[in-house]
Amino acid sequence: MSSASSPPVLKAEAIHKSYGPLAVLRGVDLSVGRGECLCIVGPSGSGKSTLLRCLNLLEPVQDGRVTFEGRDILQSRRAEAPGIRQRIGMVFQNFELFRHLSARDNIALAPIRVKGEDPANARARAEVLLRKVHLPDKGDSYPDELSGGQQQRVAIARALAMDPVLMLYDEPTSALDPETVGEVLQVMQELAEEGMTSVVVTHEMGFARRAATRVIFMDGGVVVHAAPPAAFFDPAAPKPERLARFLGRLEH
Amino acid sequence: MPLDSPELILSYLSSARFFTAAAMTLLISLCSLAGGMASGLVLALLQESRFGPLRVLAVAYLWLFRGTPVLFQLIFVFNVLPSFGVVLSGFACAVLALSLNEGAYMAEIMRSGIRAVGPGQRQAARALGMTDWAVMRWVVIPQALRMIVPPIGNQFIGMLKLSALVSVIAVEELLLVANQTASSNFRYLEALSAAGIYYLGLTTLFMLLQAFVERRLARRGRAAPKRGWTQWMLGATAEGARVR
Ligand SMILES: Nc1ncnc2c1ncn2[C@@H]1O[C@H](COP(=O)(O)OP(=O)(O)OP(=O)(O)O)[C@@H](O)[C@H]1O
Ligand SMILES: [Mg+2]
Repeated sequence: MSSASSPPVLKAEAIHKSYGPLAVLRGVDLSVGRGECLCIVGPSGSGKSTLLRCLNLLEPVQDGRVTFEGRDILQSRRAEAPGIRQRIGMVFQNFELFRHLSARDNIALAPIRVKGEDPANARARAEVLLRKVHLPDKGDSYPDELSGGQQQRVAIARALAMDPVLMLYDEPTSALDPETVGEVLQVMQELAEEGMTSVVVTHEMGFARRAATRVIFMDGGVVVHAAPPAAFFDPAAPKPERLARFLGRLEH
Repeated sequence: MPLDSPELILSYLSSARFFTAAAMTLLISLCSLAGGMASGLVLALLQESRFGPLRVLAVAYLWLFRGTPVLFQLIFVFNVLPSFGVVLSGFACAVLALSLNEGAYMAEIMRSGIRAVGPGQRQAARALGMTDWAVMRWVVIPQALRMIVPPIGNQFIGMLKLSALVSVIAVEELLLVANQTASSNFRYLEALSAAGIYYLGLTTLFMLLQAFVERRLARRGRAAPKRGWTQWMLGATAEGARVR
């Protein structure tokens, strides 16, 4: 849980981002405390994916500050970005496992090639991570041989292999068949319960209710509302008109 | 056709001279293909570079090497380099010229392979903390190479045939040896038949090898598309027949 005493793992302030004339993020503020599981919800096109990509420097940002490990990483030099990204894991909607590598080698690739770990050690650790995501005997399987849910769990293990201090998930279950959504959410929830700091963009309100420490509603490139899940989903709690409409649409 | 023709053809086929010449053809082709893949990859990376002048450099190279005949390039390398003090053997000239020329065509194949690796794969690799170069080296290039196995096989078969051109710079490969042999006794039919059989043997061998590699990659579930044998032979013969 976040506490007043420990500084946030990541703090974004007044993030502005445009694609040409299109202003996608228009002053986003957000702070993630240690061990928090922050869920971000919002309508399509509200800038949720863009925000995540800005947080780990995959996209250039026009204005704002992102404080991570004690400094504004938006001011870092280009060459420093890979080192910063090593510390932030990311999971994508379409898994993006490397198609030419087995599950084990997908997980071990970055530890070997980025951190220079011993290949045998890295592969052994990949097996440990595969057990953690409940795929103990899939090390030799190639991505094409795995279901979507299995691929996404390998992708989570791949991100964990770099020992990140923060995990970003961008709609990790949106591309999955309904029957495999649960197994991925299960793994994410277990990680969150173990204290992994997470930011999760999701349309799974059930997950947000169960696992989130706070829920953020984004619309039109700004954070419209933030609240603990109980209050966020409480029909009686006062909330902005736009959020009420968004939640109302989800009911049906 | 003289009665002793089959016998003479057989004796040519089994002669050390023809065998060595075929080996030379094979060696030139292999070396030039390797050189072509290397220069093609460098060119493709230059073309995909973020840095404008590098892209211009690549375009200039393609323009130069695609815009002139390969025979011209061969003779140019052989006859002009010495006047700049660079004296290379006929073999080295042949491999150099064919490699540089092949690179100009291979670049396009390499580039299509690189482009076929989607932006999501690169993004995932970058998100793991890889530098741009590491993304290329460990994620993009390995996948691109698998995708370009079929076109590379075709290029190689083309290269086997292209290598006949180096007979003009006195490299003792198949065509030159056949020609020399025939001019001593005027038995062109026999000497050229022997060379033709060697060419067909080599091209067939490599078509089979290509099919084998392609199938293996396909079996491991990766990118190379599956094609039936006959479909594949048709494709290979059509592609390999491309004239440069
Ligand atoms: N690379 C890009 N170039 C130009 N415009 C982009 C790019 N990426 C996103 N956009 C635009 O930015 C806006 C926000 O996109 P983003 O993907 O961040 O939304 P989102 O909230 O993640 O939506 P969804 O729920 O559909 O994933 C959209 O209007 C989109 O068209
Ligand atoms: Mg999105």
